[in-house]
Amino acid sequence: MGHFPGYTRAATLVLLALLLLAAPARALDKTSIVLQWLPQAQFAGFYMAVDKGFYEAEGVDITLIHGGPDVLASELLEAGRADFATMFLSTAIQRRATLPIVNVGQFVQHSALMLITRASDNIETVDDLDGKKVGLWANEFQIQARALFRQRGLKVTVVPQSDSLDLFMRGGVQAASGMWYNEYHTLLSYGLEEDDLRPIFFSNHGLDFPEDGIYCLERTANARPTLPLAVVRATVRGWQYAFAHREEALDAVMARMDRAGVPANRPHQRWMLRRMENIILSDKVPAMGVLRQEDYERVRTTLMETGFVDDAPIFPEFYRGPVR
Amino acid sequence: MKRHGIAFRLAALILSCAFVILAAIVAYNYAYSRAIILRQSETNSRHLAQETASRIDSVLLSVQKVANNIAYSLEDASLSREDILNLNKRVIANNPEIFGMAIAFEPYTQEPERLYFAPYHFRSGGRIAFTMLGSPDYRYFYMDWYQLPKELEQAVWTEPYNDQGGGGVVMATYAVPFFRNQDGKKVFAGVVTADISLEWLQDMLDDIRIFDTGFAFLLSRHGTFIAHPNRKLIMNHTIFSLAEEMETPEFRQVGRDMIEGKNAFVRIDESIFGNERYLFHTGLEYGGWSLGVLFPRSEMLAEVHKLSNVMALIGLTGFALLALVIIYIARRITRPLTELSQSALEIASGNLDLMLPEVRTNDEVGDLAGSFKVMTNSLKEYIANLTTATAAKERIESELRIAREIQMGILPKLFPAFPDRTEFEVFASIEPAKEVGGDLYDFFFVDDTHFCFLVGDVSGKGVPAAFFMAVTKTLLKVVAEKGLDPGQILTKVNADLASENESCMFVTLFLAIIDIETGETRYANAGHNPPIHLPCGGEPCWIPPFGEPVAGVMDGMEYSTRTMTMAPGDILFIYTDGVTEAMNPEQDLYSDERLMRTVAEMPERFAPALVKTVNDSVAAFARGAEPSDDITMLAMQFCGKCDK
Repeated sequence: MGHFPGYTRAATLVLLALLLLAAPARALDKTSIVLQWLPQAQFAGFYMAVDKGFYEAEGVDITLIHGGPDVLASELLEAGRADFATMFLSTAIQRRATLPIVNVGQFVQHSALMLITRASDNIETVDDLDGKKVGLWANEFQIQARALFRQRGLKVTVVPQSDSLDLFMRGGVQAASGMWYNEYHTLLSYGLEEDDLRPIFFSNHGLDFPEDGIYCLERTANARPTLPLAVVRATVRGWQYAFAHREEALDAVMARMDRAGVPANRPHQRWMLRRMENIILSDKVPAMGVLRQEDYERVRTTLMETGFVDDAPIFPEFYRGPVR
Repeated sequence: MKRHGIAFRLAALILSCAFVILAAIVAYNYAYSRAIILRQSETNSRHLAQETASRIDSVLLSVQKVANNIAYSLEDASLSREDILNLNKRVIANNPEIFGMAIAFEPYTQEPERLYFAPYHFRSGGRIAFTMLGSPDYRYFYMDWYQLPKELEQAVWTEPYNDQGGGGVVMATYAVPFFRNQDGKKVFAGVVTADISLEWLQDMLDDIRIFDTGFAFLLSRHGTFIAHPNRKLIMNHTIFSLAEEMETPEFRQVGRDMIEGKNAFVRIDESIFGNERYLFHTGLEYGGWSLGVLFPRSEMLAEVHKLSNVMALIGLTGFALLALVIIYIARRITRPLTELSQSALEIASGNLDLMLPEVRTNDEVGDLAGSFKVMTNSLKEYIANLTTATAAKERIESELRIAREIQMGILPKLFPAFPDRTEFEVFASIEPAKEVGGDLYDFFFVDDTHFCFLVGDVSGKGVPAAFFMAVTKTLLKVVAEKGLDPGQILTKVNADLASENESCMFVTLFLAIIDIETGETRYANAGHNPPIHLPCGGEPCWIPPFGEPVAGVMDGMEYSTRTMTMAPGDILFIYTDGVTEAMNPEQDLYSDERLMRTVAEMPERFAPALVKTVNDSVAAFARGAEPSDDITMLAMQFCGKCDK
């Protein structure tokens, strides 16, 4: 039930702090980053960059902090408990309204967010969702779905989706939210076959929102202008290493999940790493870590159209990452 | 082809039969015991699984009952905050199996001004602790334990979870929706939950040991491991992710059958766990969980293998013993046989004094050895007799030979017999048969002008015939020299022979006396073959017999004398039946006709040549066949007084 979710995370933070103190004193630029969710292969590139010393090579001594269902990365950023945070692009544009953050590097170029339906419910197209119960996560995870429903004029009953797929599995909803790299495989590991599922990818419906990117407060970017680029460069190397050495990366992921006491199994993380490769390595982007203006504009427009934001900054104000 | 002895064939045949029988017994036993063990294992694992399942179910059921009762009592809208808190606390106090209970209300239901109202009593350090759930950080409305019963409008067991606060203990929550009447309608008002720790489950399943390494495991509704001897799997893996990790997609079907609550005993192929296993799985009544009992086939069959091995060992030992016994028996039978066979070979080579191998067995081989002994003794005796008999026979034969020589010695053999006589030419020959015969011939002067010549044939053969012949010849000579007629001579000789002839032997005789000056010839015939008269330049003709009997049988028999005259150059040819009855290998007789033809075709009328020609003709006819009788011939050629 997770009534005391804070304990373990606090312990993790203490542990990390101890590790930090124990580290040899070197002339490194100390910094920290909040990864927006619990440890998993979604962050394999960061782990490898740490483990392989890519951050140190860039002169950065970085501390990885994990978010979770009750820990919002942007809040840690706001509270000054971390210099950097990973966020969905849509989340960041929303937060920008109240918190001056800038994107310093974009990694996930495609949207892995999806709705998953069962073949037995005969939802062959998006329009078949009309009148159905659809499980949606809170906040930014609803943006694409609501935009889609609006575009299609669908009337659906939105059921807030918990962190499990139990309601979907028991037929309480006909469609569930999921990440391609995570929940989709969870369903496969519940004994469902890919043939049993009818996935609806938002990326196939004009709503291909870039997801994980690295953000910091605008003032951090201004005050320490070389730091964000160093972090992004090291992270790019980390991802490249992870994709080239999958099993080693999985070892690192599994070890971190084990330490954090998060349920984990290797096949699931292997699947996740593969999908991360699918959504990070994109032909349309000149290089890893780059956010394209057109992607930004698409998300910004959709957010404004759907009313999630009233206004958003122009691209140069928002993006401070590498340019090609 | 290789030769195999009786011992080998006997042993091979019996042992191969025994081996087949033994193998069949062991194989059948193995198959049958295996089937029994398999059935028993299935029954046992079924019982074990079902018993375990019902034990788990009974715990779940008791928890469900408590939560259901609370939910029922909460339909009373008049309950105050204090009532609810007390109720909540009492449940924890009275139900040790329940770790914690929450009574969570819909927003603004119990207390209209409060979004969250969810008292939670739980065990902590041996005491009952209390907290109110619900905050912006913990929006319980979107938790499974709240949302599932609400959306599904029925009580549910949530998927087990790792309780972060409870030290990583696996917990499961039973959540029951409760409803209240609002404006006459039944409206969802909240959820009662009962949390239980699943540690006892793990302990219970740990105690289940099937064979050596068989174990039980428990799956949640979605296939997540709730209990498993490998703690790392618990809450981390589902049976499907395990299948993915082991790269055995076919194992997914087993997982699907399990989470569907099916009840089955299945064989798990070797490819999945590296050894063949059996799994019995059954669905639980509550919670949507399923229990599996998994054990390796090898362990299940260990006892059968042991039994079969022992059986095979006993069988092989018996087999070896049997082999030894058979070889021993076969050897015992065949060794005397071999020895007897060697002895027989040695006996065959003449060693009759060989010590026969001692065979004391009272069976067919013993009989054979006895027979061998009797045989050698009989052989020895026989050969001894034979040696004696042979010696005797040789002596007799030698004596006979001597007798024969003497017999032949009394016949005139020197030719020309009278080289100084030109009036006649006489020539005779005797070709003795192998046996002593009784032919005789003789010729001599009775006085100065009368020449007597005769040919006879004694009946029978052997020494008596020889003696009879000698007596006859002597008598003839003695009697003929008295100057009697041939008929008188024969009468006299017959009388003498017949008087003391106990054995009734007889002799045929042709006797003639020629006046060598005139050629007048008187002759008598006692049952002898008719001689041939070969006139000079004329056709030969038989001298017809008188029909007078053989001599030596009837006393007082009178023989008559006839007279003929031989012209100069005439030949009188006298012979015994050894000539006409000579046989060729086809048993044809030489015959009178052939003799007459031979004589008639003679180109040169000369006595010695005639005898030689007939002799050659008979020899050519016989073609080497052994003559059965003496072949005796005498040719008398009258030449007259003067030389021609």
